[in-house]
Amino acid sequence: MAVVFDKTKGLTDKAFHYCPGCTHGIAHRLVAEAMEELGVLEKAIGVAPVGCAVFAYEYFNCDMQEASHGRAPAVATGIKRVLPDNIVFTYQGDGDLASIGTAEIIHAAARGENITVIFINNTTYGMTGGQMAPTTLVGQVTTTSPNGRDPMLAGYPIKMSEMLATIEGAAYIERVSLHDIKHIKHAKKSIKKAFENQINKKGFSLIEVLSTCPTNWGVSPKDAMLWLEKNMIPNFPLGVKKEVE
Amino acid sequence: MAKVLMKGNEAIAEAAIQAGCKYFFGYPITPQNEIPAYMAKKLPQIGGTFLQAESEVAAINMVYGAAGTGARVMTSSSGPGISLKQEGISYIAGADLPCVIVNIVRSGPGLGGIQPAQSDYFQTVKGGGHGDYYMVVYAPATIQEAVDVTMEAFDVADQYRTPVTILGDGMLGQMMEPVEFKQPKKRTLEEKSWATTGYIGDRPRNIINSLYIVPSMLEDTIRKRFERYEVIKKEETKVEVYNCEDAQIIIAAYGTTSRICRSVIEAAEEIGIKVGLIRPITVWPFPDQAFEEYANKDAVKAFLAVEMSMGQMVEDVRLAVNGRKPVHFTGRTGGMVPTPKEILDKIKIILEEVN
Amino acid sequence: MTEQVIIAGFGGQGIMSIGQMLTYAGMIEDKNVSWLPSYGPEMRGGTANCNVTVSDDMVGSPIVTEASAVLVLNKPSLDKFESFVREKGLLIVNSSLIDKKTTRNDIRTYYIPANEIAAELGNDKIANMVMLGAYIELTKVVAVDSVLEALKKVLGESKAGLIPINRQALERGAACVN
Repeated sequence: MAVVFDKTKGLTDKAFHYCPGCTHGIAHRLVAEAMEELGVLEKAIGVAPVGCAVFAYEYFNCDMQEASHGRAPAVATGIKRVLPDNIVFTYQGDGDLASIGTAEIIHAAARGENITVIFINNTTYGMTGGQMAPTTLVGQVTTTSPNGRDPMLAGYPIKMSEMLATIEGAAYIERVSLHDIKHIKHAKKSIKKAFENQINKKGFSLIEVLSTCPTNWGVSPKDAMLWLEKNMIPNFPLGVKKEVE
Repeated sequence: MAKVLMKGNEAIAEAAIQAGCKYFFGYPITPQNEIPAYMAKKLPQIGGTFLQAESEVAAINMVYGAAGTGARVMTSSSGPGISLKQEGISYIAGADLPCVIVNIVRSGPGLGGIQPAQSDYFQTVKGGGHGDYYMVVYAPATIQEAVDVTMEAFDVADQYRTPVTILGDGMLGQMMEPVEFKQPKKRTLEEKSWATTGYIGDRPRNIINSLYIVPSMLEDTIRKRFERYEVIKKEETKVEVYNCEDAQIIIAAYGTTSRICRSVIEAAEEIGIKVGLIRPITVWPFPDQAFEEYANKDAVKAFLAVEMSMGQMVEDVRLAVNGRKPVHFTGRTGGMVPTPKEILDKIKIILEEVN
Repeated sequence: MTEQVIIAGFGGQGIMSIGQMLTYAGMIEDKNVSWLPSYGPEMRGGTANCNVTVSDDMVGSPIVTEASAVLVLNKPSLDKFESFVREKGLLIVNSSLIDKKTTRNDIRTYYIPANEIAAELGNDKIANMVMLGAYIELTKVVAVDSVLEALKKVLGESKAGLIPINRQALERGAACVN
């Protein structure tokens, strides 16, 4: 029988624990496919975050390290400095990367660490039950901003990609989205490029992936996609923020 | 190899390199700055990496990553920086990663001061980070001993898959003494088949992790780790017992404080008081047996713990002596160093009380 | 034999160096030695001091609280460390910069015009070696040759030319106490 579809070897057979409709599953698959297609799975070492993707080490079919909250870029630095010819990536959420781990990501970028960072931005702390994240939009309701994020009280969402693009050490920064097929296909290309950059020793590459959290947003998976498109993209414009040739 | 005159901090760094440490991640803080400076100069010459991290937190997590690849790796700091590293140390212990951490202790709490202290004993010996764990802690008294235990620390870390701390103080770090670099006795160390190096197809993939969401699995993991701790207690406890035969008073002191106490023993002898010294070289595991043995001797009237703190190790002395003899304490804190005279005066008072 | 010495003066007077030189010389002669510096903010332009122990026995406390000898190269150091000299101990004062006399009469005190001698030799920086020369002559704790050998190692090949003037400084210091 002809094989028309085969699951990527970049993922294990472990069933995802993610909620129905969550886009982590898509993002995992894109990362795994990119590594498989580039033939780097067997020399890849991934670093899992703390947050919804904490079990990423169960899913990516390569050597993995589980980092403490926010420290994945530091852990990845430690790995890459010992094994410069291996492929090292982190997979982090917005609380992990843009709040508690801000220092680690900025300095990894500033050092031009030759690693690949996948940054999932879904504007909320999913694992702990939908608290306000550094990327939560103004007016967005979360368990810790019950009346909507009030800038006078809680400040403004951080645009990590724009901020990181100002850093000289960063080689490639792009924001992509997973809200429809077209954008998913593009996201795949960008993620692949972020790994290719590492293979070609171009330096620090980060892909910010706009994602959904239907459970904590309190909407259906389909409506979550629409909400992302309508609300997140205007606040977090897509596109390449920096690319060093 | 001939003796060389070296600063404690530099000697520790050189010992690490001679023990095969090729990676160092750190952050500046007094009084340990000569360690990163030495590493920054030497490691690139041997194909290793020195990296000044953005914070102590990042530095210890770089250590975690590098240790997870199986490399010999070290970081060093002092009190405030070690506090920041506690998160990472707990994760390192929880993921069974070998590494060496140097704490050139200054006085605390808070910013405290930069003069020598021993007030990080609780933090280092009783955990520091969260969760059920210990780490091997060496407390060298001379620069030669600092070199010897640093070299051994990398083997011990690898053999038992545990973080190991070298607990010094500002005095040990800053002073100079002649040292000789001798390789420790050869141990049979297993290959690091658990390391994440890219699995290249010929083994199952490896995961470095401290997360166990099923309680029974976590309990099993911790129990196994504690079985290893029992082996460490049996095999790796180090202590020096000095002048304790027929001693009336036995001093308990570690690190540089023990050297001051040695001067006290001579001064006491001159006025006819017999004083001994039990000097833990490992403060974890603590040398309970040495204390038990002398606590049972009739000649011994009391124990006296001397520390550069308000009294931390004295609690372990009390546990070991277990009520069999009185355990006294004297010490200075805040960066002040006890003088031989102060200690001798305390001994006289104790003897008056018991006689 | 156990010599426990405190050397003190301004930062930049070569306090730490002569301490290290003495320590190094002791090591060359296979004695037990230790060198303990003061460290921290007080080093930034203020007074510097170090404790040196040279002994036939194992070095106990590296901290010197009852010194067999104290070398002071400036006035604040005399005020601070005069009391550290043990009874019958040695106090060596750089009289070029210290016009005060010691208040103690239970110790042996020598006044050395170290800066003037250094200037006569044509190098202001070697006043410290003049002081060290006086101390070594009085105690014979190490041989002058050992100090020069230590100096050779510390200075390195490129500065070997400085050895003769350092030898002169040590000798002039020694001559002051004969």
